[in-house]
Amino acid sequence: MSAITRADVEHLGRLARLNLTPEEIDNFAGQLDVILTSVARISEVAADDIPPTSHPIPVENVYREDVVRPGLLRADVAAGAPAWEDDRFRVPRILGEA
Amino acid sequence: MSAHADELMDYDQAVSLFEPVIGLETHVELGTNSKMFCSCPTEFGAEANTQICPVCVGLPGSMPVVNAVAVESTIRMGLALNCDIASWCRFARKNYFYPDMPKDYQISQYDEPLCTDGYLDVIVPTDDGPQVFRIEIERVHMEEDTGKLTHSGGDTGRIHGADYSLVDYNRAGIPLIEIVTKPIPGTGALAPVVARAYVAELRNLMRSLGVSDVRMEEGSLRCDVNVSLAKPGEPWGTRSETKNVNSLRSVERAVHSEIERQSALLTSGGRVVQETRHFHEDTGRSTSGRSKEQAEDYRYFPEPDLVPVAPSLEWIEQLRASLPEAPAAKRARLQESWGITDFEMQTLVNTDALDVIEETVAAGVEQSAARKWWMGEFARSAKEQGIELSQLRVRPADIVRVETLIREGALTDKMARQVFEGVLAGEGDVDSVIAQRGLVVVSDDASLLAAIDEALAAQPDVAEKIASGKVQAAGAIVGAVMKATQGQADAAKVRALLLEKLGVSE
Ligand SMILES: [Zn+2]
Repeated sequence: MSAITRADVEHLGRLARLNLTPEEIDNFAGQLDVILTSVARISEVAADDIPPTSHPIPVENVYREDVVRPGLLRADVAAGAPAWEDDRFRVPRILGEA
Repeated sequence: MSAHADELMDYDQAVSLFEPVIGLETHVELGTNSKMFCSCPTEFGAEANTQICPVCVGLPGSMPVVNAVAVESTIRMGLALNCDIASWCRFARKNYFYPDMPKDYQISQYDEPLCTDGYLDVIVPTDDGPQVFRIEIERVHMEEDTGKLTHSGGDTGRIHGADYSLVDYNRAGIPLIEIVTKPIPGTGALAPVVARAYVAELRNLMRSLGVSDVRMEEGSLRCDVNVSLAKPGEPWGTRSETKNVNSLRSVERAVHSEIERQSALLTSGGRVVQETRHFHEDTGRSTSGRSKEQAEDYRYFPEPDLVPVAPSLEWIEQLRASLPEAPAAKRARLQESWGITDFEMQTLVNTDALDVIEETVAAGVEQSAARKWWMGEFARSAKEQGIELSQLRVRPADIVRVETLIREGALTDKMARQVFEGVLAGEGDVDSVIAQRGLVVVSDDASLLAAIDEALAAQPDVAEKIASGKVQAAGAIVGAVMKATQGQADAAKVRALLLEKLGVSE
């Protein structure tokens, strides 16, 4: 069952900020289709008593006490930042956003 | 940008032609000690990037863990808003590219919010008396706040022409709850007032629950305001969304001006575009932002790094049982017990004075005296300093002390005002201000009589009038004595001594 079209791949590429060539779009459309078909086959095998899951381990309600703990030292953060100015991360201006 | 963006129709005409439908999305920072998914502190005003850790700056391999108090606060807010609480729900990733979130996604809730289908009743004053509007709540969900960008470079330092941005991630990851209303029809010309009253009541509710202190001036409450118009009997029109409206007054103005704008557009043959608009505090108007004609695609999916939230019925019922009295019920109770009018109560609420006055009364001050001080001198001082009443230096205990001293005759009203002036200025508590400023009531008869003699000698004509029975003239002499004693005499006592001396009675 074919699910992924070229238009889908172009759309996903745009959302992920990827500049895809026409060849890549064709290539990925085929590959993604194989992946989706494989997942669909698993869904067919899964009986009604196997609910869909978003997590491999069946645990719930894992919480943290609301207690403050020290984090990173700013000097260390600055040292690891690609660009740093005035105690802040310096990032490129985002076009099309206000 | 729409060519018609700035044309406005007169408001009265607009609401005579169209029925507004409003909707509000309100984000509020919870008052937890630590962030939503990590243990970083949440203090406002800290130096940039000093409250961050691998989780909230999205370093690879770091894992989020949910703050228990944030979940509890959200459930309590949901219960106070009469919502259903989900027995099982998950967090979701909202994917987008903007440097305010270092992970390139925000952890939020999508199709499984923790609280759904509630309501909040708000009361607005109208010409026909107070009117109640039931605001239906669609959902209350949890998410994390974003970092703060400042735009630099270019020639103005503002976003237009900026070459780059600077990011502070202290705010990234602070727990937020988002409260979304269903569309609110039927408010007519009152739409702006209802919107404002709703946000004010949300704020009151959050404060009474203690889940947030809601400091609006620090940006801890932010509203997105949706407005659409319809001709009576016709389906709702296209809505616009005005983002980041951050004060009660702005909420009211944003709805007001959007009704005027859309009316002008629709009657001149234009159409309302589904778009995001930006509100400007200085003009009270909004300008066109991003068009939303093409639906945003955030590729939401369940957050794989977090496990589901499944509050037990026992926990929910325990939280429900421990909810404090609702603000509306409390107002009704206090209004009844103090015997004040709707208008007087509304004024207390609008001045944010209700809680401090209640505290003061609970501390033993008569309600009328408590209201007089908080709504008079103190409200004025808070306004001058641009702070809230609760942030003033004066405490209910100070008022108890001053009122006791007035009753004992140790302070006059005028001196009491001087005492509070000192307390508000940080000169110390009531007794030390009295000591430092030498505020002592002149009460010994000898010195009062001496001052009276002096005043009578200075105004012999007045003295004669009083002696001849014109008692109303006594005020001039009492005034002179008060002036001579720098307000430190008991005016009633001065009057009595004066009349006794001249042998006349009231
Ligand atoms: Zn952190």
